[in-house]
Amino acid sequence: MTALDSRPTDAAIVPPRTGRRYNPDKRRSILLTVLLWLCVLYFVLPIWWLLVSSTKDNSTLFSTFGLWFGGDFSLFENLQTLFTVRDGIFVRWLVNTLVYSVSAALGATVLATMAGYAFAKYDFPGKKALFSATLGAVMIPLTALALPTYLLFSQAGLTDTPWAVIIPSLVSPFGVYLMRVYAADAIDDSLLEAARVDGAGEFRIFRQVGLRLLGPGLVTVFLFSLVATWNNYFLPLIMLNSSDLYPITVGLAQLQAAASAGGGSQALFSTVITGSFVSILPLVIAFLFLQRYWQSGLASGGVKG
Amino acid sequence: MTHAPALSGERTITPSPPRRTNLAKRKQRLAAYLFLLPFFVVFVAMLVVPLVYAGYLSLFESKLIGGEVFAGFANYARAITDPAFLGGLGRVALFFVVQVPIMLGLALFFALALDSARAHGSKAVRMLIYMPYAVPAVVATLMWGYLYGPDFGPIAQIARAVGFGTPDFLAPESILGAMMNIVTWEFVGYNMIIMYAALRSIPAELYEAAEIDGAGQFRLAWSVKIPAIRPAILLTVIFSVIGSFQLFAEPSLLNAIAPDAITNAFTPNYYAYNLAFINQELNYAAAIAFLLGIVIAVVSYVVQLGEQRRERREMRMS
Repeated sequence: MTALDSRPTDAAIVPPRTGRRYNPDKRRSILLTVLLWLCVLYFVLPIWWLLVSSTKDNSTLFSTFGLWFGGDFSLFENLQTLFTVRDGIFVRWLVNTLVYSVSAALGATVLATMAGYAFAKYDFPGKKALFSATLGAVMIPLTALALPTYLLFSQAGLTDTPWAVIIPSLVSPFGVYLMRVYAADAIDDSLLEAARVDGAGEFRIFRQVGLRLLGPGLVTVFLFSLVATWNNYFLPLIMLNSSDLYPITVGLAQLQAAASAGGGSQALFSTVITGSFVSILPLVIAFLFLQRYWQSGLASGGVKG
Repeated sequence: MTHAPALSGERTITPSPPRRTNLAKRKQRLAAYLFLLPFFVVFVAMLVVPLVYAGYLSLFESKLIGGEVFAGFANYARAITDPAFLGGLGRVALFFVVQVPIMLGLALFFALALDSARAHGSKAVRMLIYMPYAVPAVVATLMWGYLYGPDFGPIAQIARAVGFGTPDFLAPESILGAMMNIVTWEFVGYNMIIMYAALRSIPAELYEAAEIDGAGQFRLAWSVKIPAIRPAILLTVIFSVIGSFQLFAEPSLLNAIAPDAITNAFTPNYYAYNLAFINQELNYAAAIAFLLGIVIAVVSYVVQLGEQRRERREMRMS
């Protein structure tokens, strides 16, 4: 920190990182580059279309070329309509989505981390059976569960409440699997032994040693659960009745249904499109920022499969 | 953090060695169960109980007179002869057979291409291909629904400009393909990332050996990289089985713009939903959901079995 300190910093001592491994030749291929970027168009153009279309009003939407701007620039009018339609319910949907997915993802991450850590670092009777049950659960189809869960929740008076969306989303068998693989790799048994010799309790070891080493794994599980809940449509669709409680997916589907039904609400098309565009921004931004972390988290999960 | 500062007051008992290890073992075991407890409480409540309940429901029939009556396997008998259910099942099976190889093939190609680091801007390419995964199926379907539009959709606009006429993506014959495209668009990146992450963690020694043998890029990919990430590929196949057999958001939303092309039993999941929430046939819907679950489990199992067999065969050969 101090200017007087003239010793070379770590960065200067450590040689520049040469690729993690052997690289036959650094030649770049023009052909491959062109091919890949052409493919990228397929993935990007629909989103580009969404962006362009959210700047059009309802009539230019259908009268101009879809992949380029045309007519007046109506983005701000569209946003204004979007945020005021039905007394600003769109903001409500955004907030609902955020609340549901963040709380579900936090909960799922905590549960999966504790369970994965236990599977990776302890021996106990029943370990194999419990882990097999967890893995098997990855394959249970949503429908087989959604219907009876709905009935159970309605008997408990929990349908049409946020809990109906959050609680079922807390179970992430894939998260447990990922955390197990990640913890097995990232946490050295000798560290745990050392902490035990020092007299630390198991929970303290988990908090102070385990959690610190599980960073990328935590981010990966958190992101996957976040996306799963954020993008979920089926569960909130059957659980919720009041549109005040809808997440963005169900809300947009409802707006779209109203728009397709036609009638007087023609203007809704551009509202649906602008709403779709606004709704994907938060996740796309989150992905850009967090990509470094989840990738190393996934790296171990993918190989040991 | 490695040498925890004294941790004073944390207990200072030091009994005789053998008893201490026993005690320690028991303490660790207890800790393990406590760590697992929260997950398994929710697991049982949200997976096991509903599953058992669905099984129970599927054995009853709701009669106008007499209410709920035990029906044995009548609902299942009805399902396996129900053309609507079988049609939907056939559609998702076709979807699986056609779409999944295309999607995973593309994902593998991109993963290998990016891992070879031979293209400019690999990082941006990776991010952009992955981006659709952050788009909810609902938004993706709405968006493609507009893109497919015969009058104003840009695809039709371009096709007309080039002189190809107006393609109808939303006709009954083509809508399954249109849906395959939506799902491919959404999930190529997701699968690519799983494969790419696996490729990044292949130990360097494997490449050195291949280099000594003078293997080129393609040979390297085929004989070293793909076999090394087979577990990751298997994972993506299993996820795809589960995903395609459970299609719901796509048919239910496309139904609004192409009602003639999408029946209420277009996919089994959509059928079960319509039975339960529109027709109020809860018991029959539970049976359909249960059967679908069995089909998914069987297909996943067969996929895994095939993979294991292949591994054994290769072990024998080498």
